[in-house]
Amino acid sequence: MKDEVENREDRVANLKGMGCSRKRVEDARFTQGKGNYVDDIKLDGMLFGDFVRSPYAHARIKSVDTAAALEVPGVLAVLTAADLEPLGLHWMPTLAGDKQMVLADGKVLFQGQEVAFVVAEDRYAAADGIELVEVEYEELPVIVDPFEALQSDVVLREDLVGEDGSLPDGAHGPRKHHNHIFTWEAGDKEPTEEVIANAEVVADESMYYHRTHPCPLETCGCVASMDKVNGKLTLWGTFQAPHAIRTVVSLISGIEEHNIRVISPDIGGGFGNKVGAYPGYVCSVVASIVTGKPVKWIEDRMDNLMTTAFARDYHMTGKISATKEGKITALQCHVTADHGGFDACADPTKFPAGFMNICTGSYDIPTAYLEVDGVYTNKAPGGVSYRCSFRVTEAVYFIERMIEVLAIELDMDAAELRRINFIKKEQFPYTAALGWEYDSGDYHTAWDKALTTVDYEGLRAEQAQRVEDFKAGKTRKLMGIGLSFFTEIVGAGPVKNCDILGLGMFDSCEIRIHPTGSAIARLGTISQGQGHATTFAQILASEIGLPADSITIEEGDTDTAPYGLGTYGSRSTPVAGAATAMAGRKIRAKAQMIAAYLLEVHDNDVEFDVDRFVVKGAPEKFKTMKEIAFAAYNQAIPGIEPGLEAVSYYDPPNMTYPFGAYVCVMDIDVDTGVPEIRRFYALDDCGTRINPMIIEGQVHGGLTEALAVALGQEIAYDDMGNVKTGTLMDFFLPTAWEVPNYETDFTVTPSPHHPIGAKGVGESPHVGGVPCFSNAVQDAFRPFGNRHTNMPHDHWRIWRTANELGLHD
Amino acid sequence: MIPAAFEYYRPQDMAGVLAILEEHGDDARVMAGGHSLIPMMKLRMAEVPHLIDLQDVGGMSGIEVGTDSIRIGAMVTQSDIIDDASLAAAAPILREAALQIADPQVRYMGTVGGNVANGDPGNDMPGLMQCLDARFTLVGADGERDVPARDFYEAAYMTAREDEEVLTAVTIPLPKGGYAYEKQKRKIGDYATAAAAVQITKEGDVCASAAIAMTNLSDTPVYSEAAGAALVGTALDDAALTAAAAAMLNDIDPTEDNRGPIAFKKHVAGVILRRAILRAWSRA
Amino acid sequence: MPDKMHIKLNVNGKDEEFLAEPRELLIYTLRERLNITGPHIGCETSHCGACTVTIDGKSVKSCTMFAAQASGKSVTTIEGIGGPDDLHPLQEAFKEHHGLQCGYCTPGMITRATKLLEENPNPTEEDIRFGMAGNICRCTGYQNIVKSIQAAAAEMNAAAASSSEAVGNKTVEAAE
Repeated sequence: MKDEVENREDRVANLKGMGCSRKRVEDARFTQGKGNYVDDIKLDGMLFGDFVRSPYAHARIKSVDTAAALEVPGVLAVLTAADLEPLGLHWMPTLAGDKQMVLADGKVLFQGQEVAFVVAEDRYAAADGIELVEVEYEELPVIVDPFEALQSDVVLREDLVGEDGSLPDGAHGPRKHHNHIFTWEAGDKEPTEEVIANAEVVADESMYYHRTHPCPLETCGCVASMDKVNGKLTLWGTFQAPHAIRTVVSLISGIEEHNIRVISPDIGGGFGNKVGAYPGYVCSVVASIVTGKPVKWIEDRMDNLMTTAFARDYHMTGKISATKEGKITALQCHVTADHGGFDACADPTKFPAGFMNICTGSYDIPTAYLEVDGVYTNKAPGGVSYRCSFRVTEAVYFIERMIEVLAIELDMDAAELRRINFIKKEQFPYTAALGWEYDSGDYHTAWDKALTTVDYEGLRAEQAQRVEDFKAGKTRKLMGIGLSFFTEIVGAGPVKNCDILGLGMFDSCEIRIHPTGSAIARLGTISQGQGHATTFAQILASEIGLPADSITIEEGDTDTAPYGLGTYGSRSTPVAGAATAMAGRKIRAKAQMIAAYLLEVHDNDVEFDVDRFVVKGAPEKFKTMKEIAFAAYNQAIPGIEPGLEAVSYYDPPNMTYPFGAYVCVMDIDVDTGVPEIRRFYALDDCGTRINPMIIEGQVHGGLTEALAVALGQEIAYDDMGNVKTGTLMDFFLPTAWEVPNYETDFTVTPSPHHPIGAKGVGESPHVGGVPCFSNAVQDAFRPFGNRHTNMPHDHWRIWRTANELGLHD
Repeated sequence: MIPAAFEYYRPQDMAGVLAILEEHGDDARVMAGGHSLIPMMKLRMAEVPHLIDLQDVGGMSGIEVGTDSIRIGAMVTQSDIIDDASLAAAAPILREAALQIADPQVRYMGTVGGNVANGDPGNDMPGLMQCLDARFTLVGADGERDVPARDFYEAAYMTAREDEEVLTAVTIPLPKGGYAYEKQKRKIGDYATAAAAVQITKEGDVCASAAIAMTNLSDTPVYSEAAGAALVGTALDDAALTAAAAAMLNDIDPTEDNRGPIAFKKHVAGVILRRAILRAWSRA
Repeated sequence: MPDKMHIKLNVNGKDEEFLAEPRELLIYTLRERLNITGPHIGCETSHCGACTVTIDGKSVKSCTMFAAQASGKSVTTIEGIGGPDDLHPLQEAFKEHHGLQCGYCTPGMITRATKLLEENPNPTEEDIRFGMAGNICRCTGYQNIVKSIQAAAAEMNAAAASSSEAVGNKTVEAAE
């Protein structure tokens, strides 16, 4: 076979491997309306299921009468907890070691909780049936405040209290109160308290990171199809972790795992919403088993916002100490974590507060202590990581606010305070006071680049002038300069630390090279818009020397893909990306032997060069990967099995630690509370860059979600536990009109332990963006005495800050 | 979200509409663009056993700019208003306001009639029509009658329109002088936190007339005669603006919602009103 | 239960006739009755625009219109805008400029953009942001969507300029 491309540079370009902005292969179908999302699935005889939901946040259920609903033409069944109990499916395990009602078992604990599941021939009959299920409720006192919950005599979870009133341990140890879930600690309590007690300067602050929701544009849903003839269950759904879902379904249903096929089709955004297992999945499976027909369940938007997967809801109190010169000496943090009615947080088993212990941030803090108390309230369960690794957004928000507060205490510039406390390049790998080993970083370089690019000194001068003008009555707009420097911790994770329901958090890739030199690779992850089919092919192209355009990437079908823990927490590139590279290297190792045989030299006398193996010192003698692939299938090579396939299960030795430096310039109308984003600069260091176009797209998207959370997006409850933000009228998703243009930039500090040095990027802009937007608002008011004000910074809350500072007088 | 079942009618003329209304009383509702009603039906917050689609009833889609007045048919959409050059010349405040309603898709469907007739205190057109001293034409079994916009709104979703009547047109005296429609909202697609419609005329350096109404600050739109009167005869100095704002604040009665508490809304109402007045004045 | 209605639609150039309950929303007619699954359901309250289609020349959110209302009208969905052999310049541009990620908003986004460019062939960035404000995207932050629409506009204008030259020549010939 003659290779048409000979020039080395052309050969590299032809691969479309790592580092190039390859156009996405997914886009042809999406731009033509040919995506295949779960609600696009239509099967013969398919039924629709939907829930009767509780209007009350806390109530006892006296009775459920389904008779009238069953009279509706087209309604086939109405499932209640009583129907599920004989199967042992009225409760299900959560990812956090708790259990959750699938259908209300005697009481409800949050508004919107699933009470009964109506199964009908179409969605119209199901909707009509729901209206006719009669549920008699007896209202109970509602607790929406976790501090009140810890004082209250009202027992939210009677199932977790012994008959004698004793409190058995929870999944994470002893419980202090009947509404308490766990206490989780990291670091050294006494030494930290001692340093703080004797410090020259101490700043303390309390902050609330409000409850919000990932709200992907596609809601959660599934289609369950039980084939009774063959005993096989197929479950399509919006699953960010399809393999884990298969295992969970098997464990709770008793169906053997080989008889379950879970398929994640195209997913319309996840952002953490689609990690967990929801009652809708269980009920659909049961309904399909009961009826023998496929059953579809799709959330509507209100269901989605009210019942599946909230994020945040952390009440954080901190103390940070420093020398007079600003060198930080210790950090202390306490969190009261509102987990809602069931603890369904999606965290690795040993980390009930996720990786909140990354809260020392990017700074060299010698001593630290973190304590988190999880609490039950009458709110929806969830606690997912909304576009961040486990609780990292909370951690980074906490430290980036504490830094600002300390700067105020020290009367110091917040950029300079960061600079003098950054972990230095030569300190990596750096072991933080709360236990993590940061792999690599060059924070000073990134910070200097960011501040120089935005002309930080100039901005501060302009801001000072603005303050003068404001005081002189020449303007009613203040200017805020938001800074943030974040370190993420992603790529969960080493199996020795990280598992979910006992499943180690490795990931996988299996490659088959076809005889003509194209390939298919399957992974244990699942894209929800990240462009895996594009980027993983690029990794492979560089590793195995076949063009990315000749490599199909497939994910999400548990019958064909190797086992993996899925896509969330920016883990796909750090873990599955590494598995891909390692599997590619196995292919290459075999290819080297084949090449040596074909070239009639010793294995050690050939070397890999872009898309071929060449004889060392004789580059005119070579075999291309395409030729080698063909040979693998058509020649009997002594000592080598036919075929060219490989699989790798990658257990990362450590997490990766992407970082970045963000600056936001904001103008704030003091009289109306309306903020205007004038400029946003984002420098990201995600290690080796696989596809700059996709990285930039991820940064734009993550920043926009950060903007939303910082400036208005919340799941708000009233005192009765009613959700006040159940539609997109009130739940803030910005449109193109509210979003600025972003400037993106980068440095490259590869991860030393990752096969290709990549760290992951999808969540960084959200993690770094939220404190940056918030700091911009807060900074605008700093000259007038503002220290801290809670998010979301919507118009009225910004106005309130101005009002409290006397700026309307 | 699936609405409850209903009967759908698409009569070809007003007589047909009235006959159905006569037969079903408040079990029947007329629908123009449906962008307020259909979401309410989907959320099952509105029950409409008999839905009358007005799209085939002729004679309600015209915009006529006369020498003294403008007549806008009830089925004229927000996007029709934005695109009509003669209307933009004669009453530019309508275009300025329409552009601040909802989003492009909704403006294609949302009608003037629907916006003024359903009595939602969040809608923009009612306050605007009060500012412009519009009259609404209502047709019923007993014939036609006109109701001034300033007398039309009684409470949230309660208006002077009887269940068996249809609002067919809005007639506006040709506006004079400077105008402004100022609206603060949280995002595209939101109702106003506060919005003000102002129309001002000027003689020399002095305000000759001023009409002012505000939106979403009470359970009805608020036309404040006192606020307008506070400006007349002044050169719109700070004292006059303060007096106008004070008069308006006296007339509004906002409630707390996700947009903010009452104190905030009152403050913003004053700010938005001042800005609207000054912008209108600069154009007078 | 109310009688089913006889509804006639022209969807993407094809006449469709069927009986449906009056409460059948157009989005479900398209997706479930006609298997046209390009338009999606996102919010159900007319805020997100994922269900956007074109009806008689107007961009409409098909989750907020009953099929009965659309009876007698022409509906165009993303499937009618361009396919494998005749991609619309907007479809090309969204691919070229990374104007999408999960793809869920994309059909509505592109469908809306076709109307925007019809009404305003030379939009500024501000025009695009305002004209696309009825469509929510959770992934892209809009920057590359704006870029894609700008690129498509330039492409379409260039094509129009060269074809109007050609048409102009023909007209001259015909007049002679």
